[in-house]
Amino acid sequence: MSTATGGHLAGFGDTHRRDAWWVGPVLTVLGLGVWLLYYAWAALQGEYYAAGPLLSPFYAPLLFADPSRAGAAAAEHAFFGSWPAWWPAFIPASPALLIGFLPGVFRMTCYYYRKAYYRAFFGMPPGCAVGPVPHDYRGETGLLLIQNLHRYTLYIAIALLPFLWFEALRSFVYEGQVGIGLGSVLLVVNAALLSGYTLGCHAWRHLVGGRLNCFSCDGGAEASHKAWSFTSWLNVRHMPFAWASLGWILLCDAYIRLVSMGVIQDPNTWSGAF
Amino acid sequence: MAERVLRAWRGDRSGGRFEDYTVEADPGMVVLDLVHRAQAGPAPDLACRWNCKAGKCGSCSMEINGRPRLACMTRVGDFAPDEPIVVQPLKAFPIIRDLVTDVRWNYQQNKRIAPFTPGPAPADGNYRMSQTDVDRVQEFRKCIECFLCQDTCHVIRDHDKKADFVGPRFMIRLASLDMHPLDTVDRIPAVRDSYGSGYCNITRCCTEVCPEHIGITDNAIIPLKERVVSRFYDPIAMAIRAFFGTKSEPGKRPMAAPQTKVP
Repeated sequence: MSTATGGHLAGFGDTHRRDAWWVGPVLTVLGLGVWLLYYAWAALQGEYYAAGPLLSPFYAPLLFADPSRAGAAAAEHAFFGSWPAWWPAFIPASPALLIGFLPGVFRMTCYYYRKAYYRAFFGMPPGCAVGPVPHDYRGETGLLLIQNLHRYTLYIAIALLPFLWFEALRSFVYEGQVGIGLGSVLLVVNAALLSGYTLGCHAWRHLVGGRLNCFSCDGGAEASHKAWSFTSWLNVRHMPFAWASLGWILLCDAYIRLVSMGVIQDPNTWSGAF
Repeated sequence: MAERVLRAWRGDRSGGRFEDYTVEADPGMVVLDLVHRAQAGPAPDLACRWNCKAGKCGSCSMEINGRPRLACMTRVGDFAPDEPIVVQPLKAFPIIRDLVTDVRWNYQQNKRIAPFTPGPAPADGNYRMSQTDVDRVQEFRKCIECFLCQDTCHVIRDHDKKADFVGPRFMIRLASLDMHPLDTVDRIPAVRDSYGSGYCNITRCCTEVCPEHIGITDNAIIPLKERVVSRFYDPIAMAIRAFFGTKSEPGKRPMAAPQTKVP
């Protein structure tokens, strides 16, 4: 622990703060760590991701399906039918691997998550007025210029939203009968939380109106102001939406996996078992 | 009345030490009151800059128990009764004496920014703005220039990149000018190249310490970074501009080269 003029501490993690500043970074490491471990495990399974009308959001949109796998969706459920023969044998045949990285890069470049992981995983800095990891700091001017592609990952994330809503609404129809089950409700909430998170994005806020300097100059600008105001409401809540949507998607996968494995039953109007 | 320990850093640029002063604290007192009690008693030569004692002048910025804060807005009762109240000068700026720092670098940054430059006035001589547009930039005008955001910004505080990054306070000023509907100067190239927007990695400490609760990160820095993205890193936006032959924003003209960077 080295001391600079003014009595300030200068080493990594050193501070005169006496509050629990470290709680946030620790929770971030635990939350993201547990989530990533679960996701990696679930995405590699390729099994037990569907149950009746329910499809795990980790696997949506479903591009291909291998109905011979346990707990897999029917081939008709997939947009492009059966699992392709050209898929390399050394890579697990899991539909989640085809689409999971797309929302992943959106979250990785998200302005909220950048704060979270710069602090928690990289110590840049670990907390406010807490000594950072000593290094030649360049911010987002060098390799991390790549973060500026966030708006392109946003376009992808927005394109995925209709598929999530489609799967959520499709879960209300099973064998030609309209009904409702706990799993259907979970998927609707999932789509709503992901929509709230995606449409509260800072890049989206810029695109829908923030780029303008005058909100009153013409009719189009006034419409942009309304869109910007709504996005700003979501943007203020970007962090809670980020964590809620992240946790909920895991909950949905775990729930559908347990239903698919027969460990629990989905309470629904189609008389229970799928 | 209760006794509190005020642990104040005493010294100058050549060095110093912490000294403890036991002073009487009344209910409702703020840390600046404790400093004044110490000055009235055991430490009459304790140097501290202050003025309004109402959270509006930004003078009494210091670090209190490790956090950049205004001494006049920090209640003694917020700390545990047996917890010493540690006061230090701002880390990011050179010390003059005790709790007083030399913040002139900030004013030098301010001079580097092209001032508000409206276009020609309408025929009646009156510029007009709608309330909608006023609302957006009004938030930035709340800044009291306490420089707590500059102090807590790790780019300035820990990495000493003063030559590369103007800091959150001046990103606010740049945002207030760039988003102003009557302003005509295009500052975006300078935001990236001269004022160093890329050095901010949005860890939001500036927003956390702002006593005026300005949304520094969400409403000023990130919007500026997004404008930089549109100008320099978005291939579609760049292609559209190249197709139409536009380099600056409509209604804006390129900014003259900013003054030399001040390390």
